[in-house]
Amino acid sequence: MMRLIFAAMSGALFGAGLLISGMTDPARVQGWLDIFGDWDPTLGFVMAGAILPMAVAWRIAARRAVSFTGRALPTPPNPVIDRNLVTGAVLFGLGWGIAGLCPGPAMASLGFGGLPFAVFFLSMAAGMILFGLWNRR
Amino acid sequence: MEPDWIAGLIGGLMIGGAAALFLLLNGRIMGASGILGGLLDGTGRSNSAERLTFIAGLIAMPALLVAVGLGHVAHPVAGLELTVLAGLLVGIGTRLGNGCTSGHGVCGISRLSLRGIVATLVFLVSGAVAVLILRLLGMVA
Repeated sequence: MMRLIFAAMSGALFGAGLLISGMTDPARVQGWLDIFGDWDPTLGFVMAGAILPMAVAWRIAARRAVSFTGRALPTPPNPVIDRNLVTGAVLFGLGWGIAGLCPGPAMASLGFGGLPFAVFFLSMAAGMILFGLWNRR
Repeated sequence: MEPDWIAGLIGGLMIGGAAALFLLLNGRIMGASGILGGLLDGTGRSNSAERLTFIAGLIAMPALLVAVGLGHVAHPVAGLELTVLAGLLVGIGTRLGNGCTSGHGVCGISRLSLRGIVATLVFLVSGAVAVLILRLLGMVA
């Protein structure tokens, strides 16, 4: 039960951060990727701000056997760079640039964005389901 | 659009704080595409309640903040056909590459994961290429 409350808290803080940082505004995101045009460095500050507390959290996690609710912590990162990783990142980046939305902000904007955001979310969900079906073969 | 680095930094710290809470309290990596994708394709069935409550908070809090007049106005940039295409690319790409901006970009880079660093560099470059192509086609304001 505590884990569910903590999950909702993490999700709420994540959503507030995405909104305040501008990540839920596709025009802002496209400005960050528009390096040959009217470049907007704001998202660089978002990335740096997000990495900082998480780097501290990984240091704390490294000294513990389990999380504070007693669950196993993630195993060390897989070092293998394979074709799926690179191809997937290429496809994701293209979609991110075209619509200015990635999965977190796509969910965070569902409650206020209206039709364009709902269309993006449903298409993204369809892509995930299609990949799941293809991957299961 | 005018850069807003203070809002960016504050929002970023909140995003990283959320990821830190999810890791240290629940022992989980906060990757948005993984949390949603596992629900949709059935691979995350063993902890679907945790995924659902995370997503409920993620949707409810920004809606609440916008309802009381806080937060930025969102400007859609693509027409409906391109939005559908982009959504499919993001859905398939994040599942194939096993992560997105939060999982690879925030959680991966902060633990110096080689996969996270490579994936982030690749999607930043391909995102910039997509915007450059749209700009050459006269489709970026």
